[in-house]
Amino acid sequence: MTAPTYSRSDFQTDQEVRWCPGCGDYTILAAVQGFMANLGVARERIVFVSGIGCSSRFPYYMNTYGLHSIHGRAPAIASGIAATRQDLSVWVVTGDGDGLSIGGNHLIHALRRNFNLKILLFNNQIYGLTKGQYSPTSEQGKQTKSTPMGSVDYPFNPISLALGAEASFVARTIDMDRTHTTEILQAAYEHQGTAFIEIYQNCNVFNDKAFVQLTGKEERAINRIDLVHGKPITFAGGEKAIVLEDGRAKIVETSSVDSSRILVHDETRSDPTVAFALSRLSHGPYGPTPLGIFRKLSRPRYETAMSQQLIDAQAKRGPGDLATLLSSAGTWDVK
Amino acid sequence: METIAPPLDAAPTDRRTVDKIVIRFAGDSGDGMQVAGSRFTDASAYFGNDLSTLPSFPAEIRAPAGTLPGVSSFQVQIADYDILTAGDAPDCLVAMNPAALRTNLSDLRAGGTLIVNTEAFDERNLLKAGYTENPLETGLAEKYRVIEAPMDSLTKEAVKDSGVTGRDVLRSKNFFALGLLGWLFNRPLQPTVDWVETKFVKKPSVVAANISALRAGWNFGETTEAAKTTFEVKPAALRPGTYTNVTGNTALAWGLIAAAQCAKLPLFYGTYPITPASDILHELSTHKNFGVRTFQAEDEIAAVGAVIGAAFSGNLAVTGTSGPGLALKSEAVSLAINTELPMILVDVQRAGPSTGMPTKVEQADLFIAMFGRHGEAPLPIIAIPTPSEAFDLTIEAARIALKYMTPVILLSDNHVANSSEPWLLPDVDKLPDISIPFAIGIKQNGHGPANGNRQFLPYERNIETFARPWAIPGTPGLEHRIGGLEKEAVTGNVSYDPDNHQLMTDTRAWKIANIANDIPPVEVRHEEGAEILVLGWGSTFGAIRAAANRLRLKDKAIATAHLRYLNPFPANLGEVLAAYRTVLVPELNSGQLRQLLRAEFLVDVQGLNKIAGEPFKVSEIETAILDLMEAS
Repeated sequence: MTAPTYSRSDFQTDQEVRWCPGCGDYTILAAVQGFMANLGVARERIVFVSGIGCSSRFPYYMNTYGLHSIHGRAPAIASGIAATRQDLSVWVVTGDGDGLSIGGNHLIHALRRNFNLKILLFNNQIYGLTKGQYSPTSEQGKQTKSTPMGSVDYPFNPISLALGAEASFVARTIDMDRTHTTEILQAAYEHQGTAFIEIYQNCNVFNDKAFVQLTGKEERAINRIDLVHGKPITFAGGEKAIVLEDGRAKIVETSSVDSSRILVHDETRSDPTVAFALSRLSHGPYGPTPLGIFRKLSRPRYETAMSQQLIDAQAKRGPGDLATLLSSAGTWDVK
Repeated sequence: METIAPPLDAAPTDRRTVDKIVIRFAGDSGDGMQVAGSRFTDASAYFGNDLSTLPSFPAEIRAPAGTLPGVSSFQVQIADYDILTAGDAPDCLVAMNPAALRTNLSDLRAGGTLIVNTEAFDERNLLKAGYTENPLETGLAEKYRVIEAPMDSLTKEAVKDSGVTGRDVLRSKNFFALGLLGWLFNRPLQPTVDWVETKFVKKPSVVAANISALRAGWNFGETTEAAKTTFEVKPAALRPGTYTNVTGNTALAWGLIAAAQCAKLPLFYGTYPITPASDILHELSTHKNFGVRTFQAEDEIAAVGAVIGAAFSGNLAVTGTSGPGLALKSEAVSLAINTELPMILVDVQRAGPSTGMPTKVEQADLFIAMFGRHGEAPLPIIAIPTPSEAFDLTIEAARIALKYMTPVILLSDNHVANSSEPWLLPDVDKLPDISIPFAIGIKQNGHGPANGNRQFLPYERNIETFARPWAIPGTPGLEHRIGGLEKEAVTGNVSYDPDNHQLMTDTRAWKIANIANDIPPVEVRHEEGAEILVLGWGSTFGAIRAAANRLRLKDKAIATAHLRYLNPFPANLGEVLAAYRTVLVPELNSGQLRQLLRAEFLVDVQGLNKIAGEPFKVSEIETAILDLMEAS
């Protein structure tokens, strides 16, 4: 079968997009639609599954198969699709509330199982659809409608969480950088297994400029750390670099260390320790923060192993015969 | 139908034929009583008896040895005629220790046979069971025929050459007891020998030990003339055909495999372990060669979530749980109703609320099945009356789910799930074809007139069933989005239109109500002159029918009927209820079906309600009916 040729508009639906004007979701949607148009996968083979929240409206705007489900459960629902249909490309769209709060359990189990799922977690550090409560990634002390005196919750670091949950692919990108987003989407698609992508996404209504330290022109220049496989990790125009010290990733002046000490990024390390150390460079988009692929590890996919068991069972016992099954516990005849 | 209490002065080794026997094996939960009971049952089944079983075990895996909460029991009734329950009270009780004796003796019929392992009646065990003196020395023999066997030492002696050592030696004690029972009730040993050889094929020493213990038990009976009378129950005159002995959980699991074949779909079973439903998962997971995918999810919600995904992508999608799990799945079931995806939700009911008594029976999930969702969210409910009916009703649940594009709740309970009975095997070539075509193009077969535009319409309905088309991912041109938001009729687009919401709510309700025209009418077993109808559902079937049979022998006319379909009700149910002066509904709950019937039909239905974690005794139902007759 030849790969279909699409334009971005082939992935648009006739449904009016109802996010707030200026929402970061628009740029992510455009990036995903553009990426899908060039992916070479037939539209009918693509399924988007989401939970509840602003980001979870996503499937309605993608002209693929889609399931807009219930709060937090998208990874579970997508697991049922991926488990039974290896011919499909299954994408989960979730948010920091949907994926890390109410659906945290499903997220971590999806990550460890390693279904062929691509999980896009739009992190805007706020509850948007319910109109402005703090989320599990909101910074401590954040004043919101539900925390007028400031949040006392300590936030998750989604990358650390995903690494701790045995995710085989962990990456971070940001809504404002479409090229970077597209590169990460491509790598996630090519990864055989569950890919977790945290996408920093600006909510201009309830949490505007949350990511300004990575998007503002001056701030970006000193804070954005690009993780590139096989390259020494430097940033701020090469003036700063990352070294490992006492098991931690540490920011140093590049000129202050021998170049051999600068950490060379290797996303394929089987041990997650270094990836975890990199995830601890910031606890949110504050100060120097890495973007890119933290970890990309080849590990058997759940559905492949599951299907192999069916094949093995048939090879060993033959295809199931119902009459034999019903007699398998022993029978007797009544004349 | 007399009891089998024998004359105490019967001649030695007199063999007496009786029409039925109820036997209960009771011991510590580590004593292997479930195995002993099942083996006795199978041997009787192969012999040709009709039978019915009632296992009872604690929720604890190993409660402290010798204590009252640690007692596990297995009751079986065998008969030479068609029986319906495991019997109200045992004719023979095997008590492997003082705790088993203390918790079960009051059920034993006066004059019944009591078999005890005398060596378990030491000071320590007596104390644990709360006995201040040894009951074996205080006149038991005056009320019962007591057979005392020093099972520990006889088992040890029997297995000494088998190769098992240490603690494993006494593990064969249950086979000693089984052998003794085999002698007393003239059961063939060969089916048990065959089973042991298959079951422990990789452990020859265990095979040798168990068979030696079994023979030793038999020989003990024979050589010591442990009882003056042995008993025999002749084969029952069952309908001709090939039978197997089956539990409800097993028949349900097999029904799912069969339903998938009848539907020409792969089976996906997504679940989370929960008593008493887990055995369905265990059974299905051993049949991967049928293409069965079992998925043990991280929790109950994920299980139903995965099932929704599997349904969306074209599987016969099934989840199994018990009451607490159904509660957790509730939100997702409403999504399944809104998205109109086909699936089966099995609820093996147990005693609640909350953890309640997980290994005990109750029928108290009818309301949650019926109403336990947010919003207006009706779905079909089918209830299984007996282990053997689980197979056909599971296929029926799948038929309705697929034909009407709806989740279906299939209610079982702990009693149906774990008890067993002979099942006349169906001809698998004659199982129904329940397949429905997936949507493959914009014009749908049977899904209403083709729309003029080129857009696939996921909520364009079949004009007969009102089912929407099932368009699975991978089908070119039918890309569409569904979800929990209200849909516009026909297009499936998100809609907040007030009239549309009314229409969609009415349509979802009508679609389910209309199934009443596609299910069999409720059958009444009417007897001439009957003025009372006893109406049941679920596992009360056997006790109700047996009570009616007893009354018939007393020339008391009674009508009985049993509901398999609880939503919608069979179309003729209102008529049936109106035809009787009194309607009695025995239920293992506080009157849930009764309340539904009263609300639906404005009939003053009477209830017989028991929430004790146990099935009805036949006598309880019989008494309730007699009371109603006298009151009239």
